[in-house]
Amino acid sequence: MKKYSVFAIAREAMRGHKGWEEQWTSPEPKKEYDVIIVGAGGHGLATAYYLASEHGITNIAVLEKGWLGGGNTGRNTTIIRSNYLYDESAGIYDHALKLWDGLSQELNYNVMYSARGVMMLAHNVHDVQVLKRHVHANRLNGIDNEWLTPEQAKEFCPPLNISKDARYPVMGAALQRRGGTARHDAVAWGYARGASARGVHIIQNCEVTGIKRAANGAVSGVETTRGFIGAKKVGVVAAGHSSVIMNMAGVRMPLESYPLQALVSEPVKPVVPCVVMSNTVHAYISQSDKGELVIGAGTDQYVSYSQTGGLHILQHTLDAICEMFPIFTRMKMLRSWGGIVDVTPDRSPILAKTPVPGLYVNCGWGTGGFKATPGSGHVFAHTIAKDDPHPINAPFTLERFRTGRLIDEAAAAAVAH
Amino acid sequence: MLLIRCPYCEEERPELEFRNAGEAHIARSANIAAESDDDFEKFFFIRANPKGVIYERWRHIHGCARFFNAVRDTVTDKFVMTYKAGEPKPEKLPGASK
Repeated sequence: MKKYSVFAIAREAMRGHKGWEEQWTSPEPKKEYDVIIVGAGGHGLATAYYLASEHGITNIAVLEKGWLGGGNTGRNTTIIRSNYLYDESAGIYDHALKLWDGLSQELNYNVMYSARGVMMLAHNVHDVQVLKRHVHANRLNGIDNEWLTPEQAKEFCPPLNISKDARYPVMGAALQRRGGTARHDAVAWGYARGASARGVHIIQNCEVTGIKRAANGAVSGVETTRGFIGAKKVGVVAAGHSSVIMNMAGVRMPLESYPLQALVSEPVKPVVPCVVMSNTVHAYISQSDKGELVIGAGTDQYVSYSQTGGLHILQHTLDAICEMFPIFTRMKMLRSWGGIVDVTPDRSPILAKTPVPGLYVNCGWGTGGFKATPGSGHVFAHTIAKDDPHPINAPFTLERFRTGRLIDEAAAAAVAH
Repeated sequence: MLLIRCPYCEEERPELEFRNAGEAHIARSANIAAESDDDFEKFFFIRANPKGVIYERWRHIHGCARFFNAVRDTVTDKFVMTYKAGEPKPEKLPGASK
C-alpha cells in the first residue's frame, strides 16, 4: 500500500496521476480462510481491519452480496455521538467516538470526521427532564454533554427558530460537542484499503446462500453464489439481512427489519453549523461539506426488505424540519432513499458469540449503527479472535433476551439513535 | 404508501388509516407464568422477520378500529391477501404455485 501524503499528490501531479494504485484488490476467493466476515459494510470491514492489524489474523475473506459499502454504510445520515443513557451503551459508543478521533491518521485515509457538535432539542417539559437526565448520566460516565438554554442553542445554531409561538417551541437543548459527522463512504473505503493492504480478501458480488456446519455442530464454511468457501470462524455483520443469514445456521433472532429513509437537499452555502436532532418531532438535520442538507426520517411501520419507504414518512419529517427551520421552507430536495435496518426489542445491538460454535454475530444496530463503526469493528474483532467478548461488548449478548438483562435504550433514547 | 384492504370494511384504504401490529399467529400462552424462559423468549422476542412472505397483523385504527391479518411479500411490499382475525393461517396463497 502506497501511503497517501502531500508528497504523493505532488509526485502524481508531476506524472499525470498515472501512479495511483487500486485502493483494494479484488482476488478470486480461496477454498478456505481462517475467518469469513459476511457483509462488507463499515462494521464488517472494520472488523476485518482490526483482526488483521491488532490480532495478526490476515487470512480473512469479507464477502459482500452487492458492492462495498452499498448498504446502510452508504445510506445513513453520518451522525456521530455517544450520549447514550446506560453505562453499557455509553461504553461502546464512546469507545467508538474515541476511535473516530484519529481514525484518519490510523487509516491514512481522510474520513472527514468533523466534531461539529450534536444538539438534541427539547420541546416540552418531559423532553427537558429526559435530556437533563442524559446530561447527568453522560457526565458520570465521563462523556461530554451539556445543557443549553434556547438562546444558547440559537447562538450555536443560528437558523434555529426559538420563538415562543413555534409549533414545537425549543425549551432547551443537550449538546455533545465531540459529536459530529464523518464521510460514510470514506469510512468503508479506508477500512477496506487498510484491510486489503494487510492481506484481507474483499470479495464483492458474492452472496452467502447457506452456512455449513460440521458433524459436531460447529461452523465449517459458507455456501455462496461463487461456490463453497470453508472457514472455522464466520462473523455475520449483515445489517438488515442478519436474521436471514443467521436462519441459515438455524439461529432465530430477536430482530425485525424496517425501511429507514433519508434525503438531501440541493447544495447551498454553509448554514447549519452542527447536527440538530429532535426525538420528539423525529427529525434530524446536518449539512454535508458539499452543502447539501442531510435529513433523516423515521422508519416505516412494517417489516420490509424493499429499500424504499412511504413518501408520507419523508413529508412528516420535512414538516418538522420546516417548523424548526422556517428558512428551509423553499429548499428543493434533491433525492431520497431507504435502507433496511435491523431492530432489536431493546434497541441495543447484539455483538456476541452464538449457540453455534465458530459463528459470531454483530447486528441489531437499528437506526443508528454508523456512529459505532470503529468501536463495533474493534470489539467484534476481539470477540472473534479470542472466542471471547471484549469487556465493552460483553453485555451485548444474544442471551439477554432470555435472561431479561436488556439494555433498554428503546425507552432511554426514544426513536432516533 | 401502501394500499391495504380491510376485510371488515371490505375496502382498500391508504396505509395512514392503519397501524401495523407485528407478526401474526403468535399465540400467547394461557398460563404465561408457567412458561419456561426459552419459551417466553420465543413468544416475546424472537420473530420470523422473513425476506419474502410474511403473516402480519394490522389494525384499521382510523377506520373500524379492528385487528385483522395480512399476507404480504416483504421484498415487493405487495399484499397477497388480508383476512379476519381468528381465521386460520391460510395454507394456500392465491397465485402461489404450491
